[in-house]
Amino acid sequence: MTWFLRNFDQVAVALGQHVIIALMALVIAFAIALPVGIIAARRARVYAFAITVAGFLYTIPTLAFLALLIPLVGLGRTNAIVAMVAFSLVVLIRNVATGIRGVAPDVVDAARGMGMSARQVLLRIELPLASPVIVAGLRVAAVTVISVTVVAAYVNAGGLGTLIFNGIAGDHAPKIWSGALTACALAVAVDGALALVEHHLARSSAG
Amino acid sequence: MLEEAWQFLITHPSQFATALGVHVALSAAALAIAAGIAIPVGIVAAHRPRAAFAAINVANIGRTLPSLAVLALVMPLLGTGFLPSLFALSLLALPPILINTLVGIRGIDAEVVDAARGMGMTARGILAKIEWPLALPVIFAGLRTAAIQVISGAVLAAFIGGGGLGDFITAGIAMMAVPQLLVGAIPVTLLALGADYAFGALQRRITPRGLRVA
Repeated sequence: MTWFLRNFDQVAVALGQHVIIALMALVIAFAIALPVGIIAARRARVYAFAITVAGFLYTIPTLAFLALLIPLVGLGRTNAIVAMVAFSLVVLIRNVATGIRGVAPDVVDAARGMGMSARQVLLRIELPLASPVIVAGLRVAAVTVISVTVVAAYVNAGGLGTLIFNGIAGDHAPKIWSGALTACALAVAVDGALALVEHHLARSSAG
Repeated sequence: MLEEAWQFLITHPSQFATALGVHVALSAAALAIAAGIAIPVGIVAAHRPRAAFAAINVANIGRTLPSLAVLALVMPLLGTGFLPSLFALSLLALPPILINTLVGIRGIDAEVVDAARGMGMTARGILAKIEWPLALPVIFAGLRTAAIQVISGAVLAAFIGGGGLGDFITAGIAMMAVPQLLVGAIPVTLLALGADYAFGALQRRITPRGLRVA
């Protein structure tokens, strides 16, 4: 505890790096998963293909994935972000597609009957109604990405894992505790915050 | 590069066999321990709403914890090696099995259980003949998730001296020796994919015929 307080600046820097890497990966993954999920919601074959490929990527063990990327992109942040994007695609695509599919057909028909274009139906009806399920996917993806970032310190991406690895290498327990507990706290806090967003959206789209 | 990896593999056969053996033993033991705890606890808690609520919440928090953080936290307490790694990996495997056992049993149509009770079945009979077979596919899905997590986590056990295929990866990264790194990364990826496939196939087989989706 004293180490944690005395070196708070060091922990804060690592935490900041951790959040930035995780956030970048999440934004890129979502930018890919959203259009793919929207198309997959309407075409069963695209869905099956996207989920199979993304599910395959998700099954690869984290450290193995980071290692396999070394010959391709080397060490560092790019490596970590590519791996994290690959890991979060499956849950994001699945939730975007199932969220849109879960919108009652009557509602879509009514919107179309009111003269809305396909684009308007998507933006004003389907995506808002699917938002609780999409956020649920983001929640799982965020936790995954935070977890992968811890390991990514081993390929020099920075973040809280750096404290853990330095602690293990130097046999310095307080450093390990500080890195590991801060990472756990970050994951639990982000999960809790997105759970609140999810419930709020679920309530407002149901009412 | 693959050829060099193959060369490394055939020149270090016993080293590879040991690492693979440790990896499989570590993963299988952690999964068995976690299942041995989480399934009975889940069954008992499923019939008590308060306990079920508490168990789901605890498991949900456990599920969010980064694998490496859990392994790292165990090290200052229990030291390094196989047993501390096994302990950490068993902890990591608990949440998905517990959550799925609870969800599997609580998700059973109340009318089915009522009908069984009306036919004079005891609580024990209902558990053995109704709840267990109906919940089993969901429990198996939890085991599948846990298995993948444990195989992936066992790679990280290399950091706390747990052995396994992660040793090749960490040594390969440390020395920037790509062939050596591949000797760890490719087999462990195949192991995870194989386990995922095997559990998926088993899950389909144990699903009662009436519940199967064509």
